[in-house]
Amino acid sequence: MKLFAKDRPEIPIVDHLKADGTEWTIKEKLWLGLSIDEYKKQFFRNPVNWLMISIFSIGIPLILGRYVFGLGWVTHSSNDYPWGLFLGFGLFGMVPLSASGFMLGTTVELFGRKDFHSIERLALLNGLLGYFFAVIFLEVDLGMPWRLPYPMFVSLGPAAVLFLVAWHVATYLSVQVAEVLPAFFEWIGWLQGKRIIRKWVLGLTISGIILSTLHQGALGALFTYAPAKVHPLWLSVNFQWIHYFCSSIFAGLSMVIISSTLIKNFMGWRCDDGFKDNLDYVTIGLAKGASYAMITYLVIKLVAIAHDQEWAYLLTGWGSYYMLELGVGVVLPMFMFAVGIRNQWVALIRLGAFITVIGIIWNRLNTALVCYNWQMYQEIPHWKEVWITVTIYSLYFLTYRFIVYRLPIVYGWQGEK
Amino acid sequence: MKQLLNRRNFLKGGLAATASAAVLKNKKTEAHSFEGYPDGMGVLVDLTRCVGCRSCEAACNKEQGLPEPAKPFDDFSVFDEMHHGQKRRTDETAYTIVNRYDVPEIDHPLFRKIQCNHCEEPACLTSCFVNAYTKTPEGAVIYNPKVCVGCRTCMIACPFYIPTFKYSSAFKPRIMKCIFCYDTRLKDGKPPACVEACPQEALTFGKRTDVLKMGKQRIQQKAGKYVDHIYGEHEVGGTAWMYISDVPFDKVGFDTHVPKEPILNSVKEFLGIVPMVLTIWPGLFVGFHLLATRKDKVKEMKEAEDRNNNDEKEGQA
Repeated sequence: MKLFAKDRPEIPIVDHLKADGTEWTIKEKLWLGLSIDEYKKQFFRNPVNWLMISIFSIGIPLILGRYVFGLGWVTHSSNDYPWGLFLGFGLFGMVPLSASGFMLGTTVELFGRKDFHSIERLALLNGLLGYFFAVIFLEVDLGMPWRLPYPMFVSLGPAAVLFLVAWHVATYLSVQVAEVLPAFFEWIGWLQGKRIIRKWVLGLTISGIILSTLHQGALGALFTYAPAKVHPLWLSVNFQWIHYFCSSIFAGLSMVIISSTLIKNFMGWRCDDGFKDNLDYVTIGLAKGASYAMITYLVIKLVAIAHDQEWAYLLTGWGSYYMLELGVGVVLPMFMFAVGIRNQWVALIRLGAFITVIGIIWNRLNTALVCYNWQMYQEIPHWKEVWITVTIYSLYFLTYRFIVYRLPIVYGWQGEK
Repeated sequence: MKQLLNRRNFLKGGLAATASAAVLKNKKTEAHSFEGYPDGMGVLVDLTRCVGCRSCEAACNKEQGLPEPAKPFDDFSVFDEMHHGQKRRTDETAYTIVNRYDVPEIDHPLFRKIQCNHCEEPACLTSCFVNAYTKTPEGAVIYNPKVCVGCRTCMIACPFYIPTFKYSSAFKPRIMKCIFCYDTRLKDGKPPACVEACPQEALTFGKRTDVLKMGKQRIQQKAGKYVDHIYGEHEVGGTAWMYISDVPFDKVGFDTHVPKEPILNSVKEFLGIVPMVLTIWPGLFVGFHLLATRKDKVKEMKEAEDRNNNDEKEGQA
């Protein structure tokens, strides 16, 4: 992009008007104001795109194969491990990382912290896409994906935890769409829509908090159906939902730190000064918030062990693994955050955020796969399952980038507001 | 004028109401606990009688129209098969399985038949978000493939690893599990195919309450022969299929760590907070919002006041 931005002042697009005073059409906006040749040129000189192409060239046939030959063709079709990577990573891992939307919505809209305004839209988008792709992962994993609306409209089992998850994810997804829409309305130039949403923003934010609390918790509560299967250290019947909810707070905040870092470093042309100049301050603020959630999380983890009298397990091999997970995934980044905040070392915070995100995914995979059936055997996912998971994650990455390239997420729209 | 309600009376009344509400509520929850259908059928499995002939497996296969297995039912080498260090289990081609256990204390091998235990309060049923499972008054836990979405939560929830998924099918996948021969037999009061096929009378079919009594009698009559426990009397809230054995149950592959109450009870903790969050959160967070933004509001009001004052002054001048 830098290539063209140098000699063409109207690129990147930040308002409705071209240099000659005529308006951009939607089509031109979609092509980033470039001619098709220019677009191709910038697309193919980016090594990331070549990586994507190679992932998709194998991944897409695999996904098609899954829908033609069944789940048994891409997974180990295990009856002992009914949930594999698609849910272990895609649902249980992606959803906590998407807590950013409701966290920053709350911070800015509800608590009136306007100093975090510059990151709010990115956090909302991060939340929306995370949820959306969790549903995509679900659609790959479900035996009968075409029956997705059944729990809503056809046959209702309202006493089941998964029923809550389904309803909350569906409604929260709509809430998040509404929250991201203003950016889209600015971009297409339909201001009335933006004003309508503006009126509803407090209601949307509060429903976001309710729905997030409940279904982040519900994802944890799903494992309380298997009290005899999941290792006791990873399952606390009483506190599982709080563990999941609380860890989603720092997971979501850390994910925004990572995504904003990547955008600042690799998409600098798209950010405006407000975003860039504020980012270090915002990052430190996010790390502060995450640290509070982390220390709370550690305390309730400890409470859970004390409550269930599980100290003896800590001395076993599983116990060491448990402490390794908490030590590397939570305690280490918490110290990195503390040192980073104290000395204003933003780079250290960013590294800490990266470790936090890995730690959360690790925790979810441990609960869903590694420590599930701990008394039996550990299932290693089929390579096709791994490849499909990577493919869908790449699709998530591309969609994310596609939107940030275009909509006013990390820059302010210059046209009428 | 008569004072309707003074503070003291109000507090007293409030306390009494709270206390009575607490007591009443407790009674109510007690009445809610489900003890199972009174006439539900059950089966008593006597491990001391089973010789591992696999007739039940063959009968089940025929009755349910399941595919022919790779090894015939009179091939006993299947007892040595191990997958991931585990003995054979149910899958989409077999609703019931017999496994052999060599217990060092006794001179002959023991055999254990597994199939759906048809819980009184089934975990598969309570975890299903489309109501695909039904516990019939006859005691069977049956499954409706027409509404199943294929999320496989029932497989996660089942403490006995019984439901299996037809992974091989892309267009018509479904859960495959023992249904107590409900459609073809149990509905008409007949015993399931496996029970009828057993040449050793290791399986006894009858009302759950009756076969439970029978199990207790057997344990009492032959003092010292059996372990004094009926597996399934209380496990996960009670099951329709129950077992008696002459060796401790964990030596013949039973999970003795399953809770002695329905699986649902461990989920209730979370289900209880849902209405709380739904009702308390909105008010709480609106309150937070008003508190957090009150300084801005005060500032706004002050500015407006100043402006008014200025206007007035200008007007006077």
